[in-house]
This record gives sequence, C-alpha cells and structure tokens, in this order.
Amino acid sequence: MNSRNWMRLVLPVLFIVLAAIPFVAQVVDEPFYVTFFARVLIYALAACALNIVLGFAGLVSFGHAMFIGLGCYAVGILSHYGISNGWIQLFVCIAVCIVVAVLVGSVCLRTSGIGFIMITLAFSQMFYFLMVSLTPFGGDDGLNIYESSNFGWFELSGSSEVYWATWALLLMLALFLNRLRTSPFGMVLRATHINPRRVDAFGYSVFRIQLSAYVLSGVITGIAGFLLANLTAFAVPSYIAWHLSGELIVMIVIGGIGLVTGPIFGAIVFLVLEEVLKGWTTHWMLVMGPIITFIALAGRNQFAWLKAIFNRPSTAGAALKTRPNGELP
Amino acid sequence: MNSSLFLSQLLNGLQLGVLLFLLSSGLTLIFGIMNFINLAHGSLYMVGAFVGAASYNASGSFLFSLFAAVAAAAIVGLVIEHLVARPLYRHDHLYQVLATFGLMMFFNELAIFIWGNRPYFVTIPEVISGSVEILGAPYPVYRLLIIVVGVLVAFGAWYLIQKTRFGMLVRAGTTHASMVSVLGANVDLLKKSLFMLGAGLAGLAGTLAGPILSVQSGMGDPVLILALVVIVVGGIGSIRGALLAAILIAVIDTLGRAYLPGILALVMAPAAANTVGSALASMLIYLLMAFVLAFKPQGLMVSAKR
Repeated sequence: MNSRNWMRLVLPVLFIVLAAIPFVAQVVDEPFYVTFFARVLIYALAACALNIVLGFAGLVSFGHAMFIGLGCYAVGILSHYGISNGWIQLFVCIAVCIVVAVLVGSVCLRTSGIGFIMITLAFSQMFYFLMVSLTPFGGDDGLNIYESSNFGWFELSGSSEVYWATWALLLMLALFLNRLRTSPFGMVLRATHINPRRVDAFGYSVFRIQLSAYVLSGVITGIAGFLLANLTAFAVPSYIAWHLSGELIVMIVIGGIGLVTGPIFGAIVFLVLEEVLKGWTTHWMLVMGPIITFIALAGRNQFAWLKAIFNRPSTAGAALKTRPNGELP
Repeated sequence: MNSSLFLSQLLNGLQLGVLLFLLSSGLTLIFGIMNFINLAHGSLYMVGAFVGAASYNASGSFLFSLFAAVAAAAIVGLVIEHLVARPLYRHDHLYQVLATFGLMMFFNELAIFIWGNRPYFVTIPEVISGSVEILGAPYPVYRLLIIVVGVLVAFGAWYLIQKTRFGMLVRAGTTHASMVSVLGANVDLLKKSLFMLGAGLAGLAGTLAGPILSVQSGMGDPVLILALVVIVVGGIGSIRGALLAAILIAVIDTLGRAYLPGILALVMAPAAANTVGSALASMLIYLLMAFVLAFKPQGLMVSAKR
C-alpha cells in the first residue's frame, strides 16, 4: 500500500475513534472526558478553519481568536436579551463574522508577510479591549449564558450534545476541505501563495481570492466560538486574548501545515499535552512555552525530517515555499 | 476644558510615547536588519521592570537599578538571539512568531514562579518623587524625568545610527546585508550587538515604567501590542517612523481616554456616553492604524528597503 492510500484511511479512522469517545467515557464513568474532548474538537474546528488562510493561502493570521470571540458573544449577548433560538443566534453569528471579516480582511490584506501578522493581531486585540470595556456585557468578568442555543428539535444543552454537533460539523468541514483543496478555487488560492504575480497575470484578482478565503475561514472559526459558548455557558474576553490565536497556530504547525486532518491531530496533541502538564504542575506554561519554541525551531524546515520518515508527497510543503523568481515547481 | 489639565494629559501622552519609542525602536531595528519579529520583546521589558524593581529595593540606589535592569535585559536578549533568533533568521515569519510566542509564555510564567502573581511593589526615590508646577498645575517630577530620558535616548539613537561607524553598518545592513558582509564587516557581531541594544532599550523602558505602572507578570503583553501598532503605523524598519508613530499613538490614546466620554456626553446621555466613550477610546489607535494603512500600506515613513 503506498502512502497516498494510507493517507486516505486517516480520516475515517480518526472520526470513528472520535465517535467512540463518549461511549468510552460512559463505560469508565468519566463524564469529564466528553467535556474535555468537546473542547478539543471545537479547537480542532477553529484550527482547521485557520488552516484555510494559514495553510492554503500562506496568510499567517495571528488574530483568529477574534472570530471565536464574535461567535461566543453572538450567543452571549443574544441570550442576555432572552433570545435563545439557535437559528437566530447562528444567523447573527455568521452575519457578524462575514461583516467583520470583510472589513478587517480588506484592511489587513493591504499588507503582506509580517505586516499581516501584526495587523491581524492588533485587530483582535482591539476587539478584546472593546469587550473588556463594555461593562453592560460583563466587561472583564464575562457574561454568563443561562440558556443554551435551542434549534427546536435539538438543543445544545449539555457537553454530549455539543460534542456530537461539533463532531458532525468537523466531519463535514474535513470532507469539504478535502474537496476545496483540489477545487479550482482551492488551487488558485494555493497558487496565490506560491506566486501571486503569476496568478494576477492569469486574470485572477489575488485580493478577492484571499479575502474570500479569509471570510470563509472567519465564519467557520465564528461557528467554533458559537459552540464554545454553549459548551462553557460563558462568554469572556479571555477567549479573544492573543494566547488563543497563538495556540491555534501551534496546533496547525504540530499537525502539519496545509494538510486537511493535520490541525485535528494538532489540537488533540496540544490540548492533551496541556491537560497532562496542568495536572502535573500549576506552572505548566514554564514547560509548555519552551515546547512551543522547540516545535517552531524543529519545524522551521516544514518538518522535513518528519516528511522524510513518512515519505509523504510534498504538495503540502510546496505550498509554503515561495518562489520569488516565479519558476514552476 | 481646563487648559492645565489638558497640558498634564498631553505630558502623560508624551511620556507614554517615549516609553513606546524605547520599546519599538529596538523592535523595528531588529526587524529592519535581521528580518526577525520578536514577540518576546515585551518579556524583555518585563525583565527590565522586575530586575530594576528588585535591585532598587535591595540596593536603594536608583542609578544602580537602572544599570542592572538594562544589563539584565541585554543579557537575556543575547541568550535569546543565540538560542532562538539566530536559527530562525532565514526562515518563515510564522516560525519566528511561534518561537518567540513560546518564549513569552515561558517568561510570564517564570515571573510568577519567582515573584508571585501579585504586583511587585516599587517606589520612586525621594529626590525625584515630588512634583513641579507647570502652568499652575502640579506634575510629577518622575514622569518629566521619563520624558527627558526618552528624548535623550532618541537623540542618542539618532546619533548612533546616523553619525557613527556602527550606525553606518546598521543602515547598510538593512538594505544590503550580504554586501556589508562581503566588504569585511562582522555582520554576525553586528546582529548580536543590535539585538542587545534593542533588548537593553526595552529593559530601560520597563524599569522606567515600573513605578508608574504595576510590575507584574504579563505586563509586557499589552505594551508589546502597542509597540507592534507603532511600528506598523510608523513603517517597519524606520526609526524616525517609530518615533513619530509612538508619540502620535500615545497622545491620541491618552487624550481619547481622557476626553472622549466627556465629548460624547454633549450629544448623548451621560451613562451611555461613558460606556460608548470608553469603548471607542480603547479602539481609537486601532482605527488610526486602519486609517493609515488604508492610505499608506507601508506606514508613514518607508525605510529605504521596502
């Protein structure tokens, strides 16, 4: 069996294993596992969404926690005013994410490279400070959500409901991204990273393609925030803090940039590691920080050493190498 | 509007701007010559604040604590350069951001580990703890001192970059690093000293800010974000841009927080004006950044390279 066929098995096996977790948790009588893995899957959803811009388009957005915050507060603020209808909340969440992503994206995409990193970070901080200073919605202390989103026949009332909803959405997203990667849009999007000038010469608008990817990514991240708010029944500015943006990037880098299932593995590894370290010492960041630094140092050649082990076709890695002269790969 | 109050707010803004300049000049130079983005710069600021506060409380000498803070930050900067920055100079910004993000987590936790979670208490020496009258309003001497030190450092940086051999190499290095190396200058040493200089300036900013802001873990993070906004608005790699943008952003931020709720109260109910005003004030500098980028994507001052 060559490595391509082997890769094809990864997705079904992964989702079957994930589907077994609630049952295992029931058997060993540890309901905490469901809550924990629901959080893992939500972060996996956000990381997969971030991977659309970071992995496919090579745009390092350091401000994706902003969309998680938008999703959280869409639930929080609407239920604060007694609107717990899930459809309305989801609609508002998506609409707000689209509007914000278009506005922020159009400004951020005027820059590239390091400028883009810093500006996305600055915008998410702006939203963070906005929510901190808005005392009617809890300010620094956050906003309790007393009623979970109600979709009529389905209510996100407990951890296991959120778990299954996230599981289904993540599966759909993974299948969608599998298609997207090789669709005409996905191909052009990846081309904008490798050689924007040539894409421009072919008659595509690089800006529009990048902006569409940014909006798509923002909306899906917003839905992750929507689920997170229902899981924790809480919307708080710390969900928007830049640590979360950084952690999402770490998850992608652990799992493999530009791979569809990579961020899911990355989220699992990162959050399980974090949980283990937290159980071990309160100063877990003292260990986690250097691990992240080490991952960055080890991954600086796009994990060439790992790729050599798996002998993976280098399509994912190629998306990251810029070719300033514009010769074809 | 009270003019002496306005003046003291303006001076507060200037003093914040000076601190921001100390931080962002190092950041922008390190980026300009080494193409390296250092998120741990805020941690160097924190190291300066903690070492300065601890050494002042231990020795009682303000000058000694200044020296100790700058030296500590520079040494930490050197270690970071050697272990983390150097292997990443030629690599994607993504990995630089990630590596320094990890460092930042490490330093924040290290500060909690050593000094605890609560703000660390630090006093101002008695000689400079008084206040002077400016146009009939009292203003703390210490804050004036920060402005003076900042202006001196800004002048020193200008002299260093424009008039000395070191500065000439730095300027040449930002545009033609490999050519400078070919001509026989030790670019490696140049990078190391520049990194140490930037780190030392961040440490100086931290120890100066210590007595007026609270010295605690994570104190570098919000300032780092402001410094990033400054270098984006000022033009990445440009010292003059950093100076201009630092003052502009600090003054706008300070005046916005002080006056925006009051101005809005003229057109809406006081309670609403207070909420909206403070929310808007916290967004003001980011809106300024978006505005600048919409017209000048490269920032206000474009360095020769970009």
